[in-house]
Amino acid sequence: MDATAEQKYNLDVVRWFAVMAVVYLVVGASVGVYIASELAWPVLNFDSPYLSFGRLRPLHTNAVIFAFGGCTLMATAFYSVQRTCGVRLWSDKMAWFTFWGWNLVIVLAVITLPLGLTQSKEYAELEWPIDILIAVVWLSYLFNFVMTIANRKSSHIYVSNWFFLSMMIMITYLHVVNSLAIPVSLFKSYSIFSGVQDAMIQWWWGHNAVGFYLTAGFLGIMYYFVPKQANRPVYSYRLSVVHFWALSFGYVWLGAHHLQYTALPDWTGSLGAAISLAMIIPSWGGALNGIMTLSGAWDKLRTDYVLRFMIMSLAFYAMSTFEGPVMSIKTVNALSHYTDWTVGHVHSGALGWVAMVGIGALYHLITRCFHTEMYSVKLINLHFWAATIGAVIYVVAMWVSGIMQGLMWRAYDDYGTLAYTFAESVEAMHPYYAMRAVGGGIFLFGAAIMLYNVIMTVRQSMAEGCVEQARTASLATATA
Amino acid sequence: MSENTESKGLQNWAETNIWALVLLTAIVVSIGGIVEIVPLFFMKSTFEHNKYPEIVWAGVGKRPLAEWKTGDGIRPNRPLEVAGRDVYIREGCYLCHSQMIRPFRDEKERYGHYSLASESMFDHPFQWGSKRTGPDLARVGGKYSDVWHRKHLRAPRSVVPESVMPNYPWLEGNILDPEAIESHMRGLATVGVPYTEADFAAALEETKGKTELDAVVAYLQVLGTMAKLDDSKAYRE
Repeated sequence: MDATAEQKYNLDVVRWFAVMAVVYLVVGASVGVYIASELAWPVLNFDSPYLSFGRLRPLHTNAVIFAFGGCTLMATAFYSVQRTCGVRLWSDKMAWFTFWGWNLVIVLAVITLPLGLTQSKEYAELEWPIDILIAVVWLSYLFNFVMTIANRKSSHIYVSNWFFLSMMIMITYLHVVNSLAIPVSLFKSYSIFSGVQDAMIQWWWGHNAVGFYLTAGFLGIMYYFVPKQANRPVYSYRLSVVHFWALSFGYVWLGAHHLQYTALPDWTGSLGAAISLAMIIPSWGGALNGIMTLSGAWDKLRTDYVLRFMIMSLAFYAMSTFEGPVMSIKTVNALSHYTDWTVGHVHSGALGWVAMVGIGALYHLITRCFHTEMYSVKLINLHFWAATIGAVIYVVAMWVSGIMQGLMWRAYDDYGTLAYTFAESVEAMHPYYAMRAVGGGIFLFGAAIMLYNVIMTVRQSMAEGCVEQARTASLATATA
Repeated sequence: MSENTESKGLQNWAETNIWALVLLTAIVVSIGGIVEIVPLFFMKSTFEHNKYPEIVWAGVGKRPLAEWKTGDGIRPNRPLEVAGRDVYIREGCYLCHSQMIRPFRDEKERYGHYSLASESMFDHPFQWGSKRTGPDLARVGGKYSDVWHRKHLRAPRSVVPESVMPNYPWLEGNILDPEAIESHMRGLATVGVPYTEADFAAALEETKGKTELDAVVAYLQVLGTMAKLDDSKAYRE
């Protein structure tokens, strides 16, 4: 089976994307732990422009979302589209263009962001020449994916491909509209939108970078890799149809909930919040669909560590897709907005859901594409516990600090005056910022173990010539 | 369970024809954005100055910015403020400081009158922020002296011991490039900020020999001071 796969499909580009994803996970998480530490111990800014929090924070978000997330999405989409359609990628050359182009974007981000070259739109900081490059590379990814499906051998398009496709289309819209700007020099531009309209467009982008890039795309991963790893079909086909259309339609509306009580007209924020609440239903339907795929095979969780990552990710997915709508309720948002609670919510999604399901899929991919077992199964288990414990410590620290901040800002004393100065609330955050850095550090430790395990696995595969054997074996079967 | 796995109608079309799937998905994901974004460009109620024109300076686009006085109303940023705002963006200040006061009692007492949409209508891109690791800055203008700001930017903990803000010692060593600022203002004019020729000329004069620290202080000191807001008026519903 593997032998023919090696010849039939383009696994080479998948291997490169998968390995780079693991490298970027370590890089992105390292920058994250560093900037978390800067907030606890500001001396770490070292009076250097290139290390200051304001410049490194965009580097962290870009590295984890676009470098780790992007390479993971590209590896998994290119792999699963070939497997589910039974054909090779439409164009090998275009796939390599996507690989080198995307990595060039990442290198440019690593150079320009610490230099302070930014458009200041969150998660869309990169300046206009890089934005153009992103658009071109992204379209090559989309086009190759669609054409591969058009060439498919199967009659129906498998559910994971719907989700990947929806993500690719929506990100094209969002990226193009949100990045519209007039350049004033090679690395400086001004958005064509201003004030309230710019805010709405930014958060339409911002929330859908989460809703499509980090949710729809990673649900594509879930719908292919969970059933594969569990060796069982998806629990309910009908649920996946509802999940897909409701999510694609609904997520788009949510951005406005980031702007409640601001100068955005009230109707927009309320509409965003109403649809946010309704989104609990498709989100939980999807989480259920993934978890129930294991029904009748729960015992696998005892021995299959990769499956553990996937099921834990679905638990986090269910938790954060409940928390999100709660935070969009106006009375809750009044407290939670501007606080660390938002940061905690993002990380329960990012560390718990996105990273864990991505990590599970990457372990699966690496064994399939390098035609060998993982170097150490024990280290996968260690990684699982480090990732879980790290994420939980991080999220709990931010819940406590966020709610405390919100309460301190609005607290009044007996005389009817504000009880705390802002500086007092900053001081009160210190232990939680330190705790967050520790939680992030534990998560990073797990990621570093994964990188080591993957490097050793690749070396093992190379030493034994596994990929070569798979290639020649397939030739032998083909000629026989 | 068999009927549970068979697709029908539109769903079947989408599942068996990739172009149908592309088309239907593209339509479905467009709706929310169109409904929420497009009206903001057309509804008069989006901006408070359509109801209360006095909050915008009468000279906008007609008279040189140099003639404006504090409280005359909302106007585009002056050259030194443009330069300061560029630095504010470059250093990522918006990641820890919001510029958007919400209509709550505690925010009014801590920061001042709630923010209006009209107040950021010349802000390309907007700087509302999303997080308050530090306090809101929408109305920080005039709250502290220039001397305080200089000390605070150089070494925040020298004036606020609890602060976790980075030091920005490099700002006072960087001399502004007046020509770059003029070209930035022309860029802003292209996206719709109503500058006059006199303002472009002023850019070369007003920023000559100034440092980035001067610029940031000028920007911070104007925040929230442009319009005099009246507590008795309901600018927003």
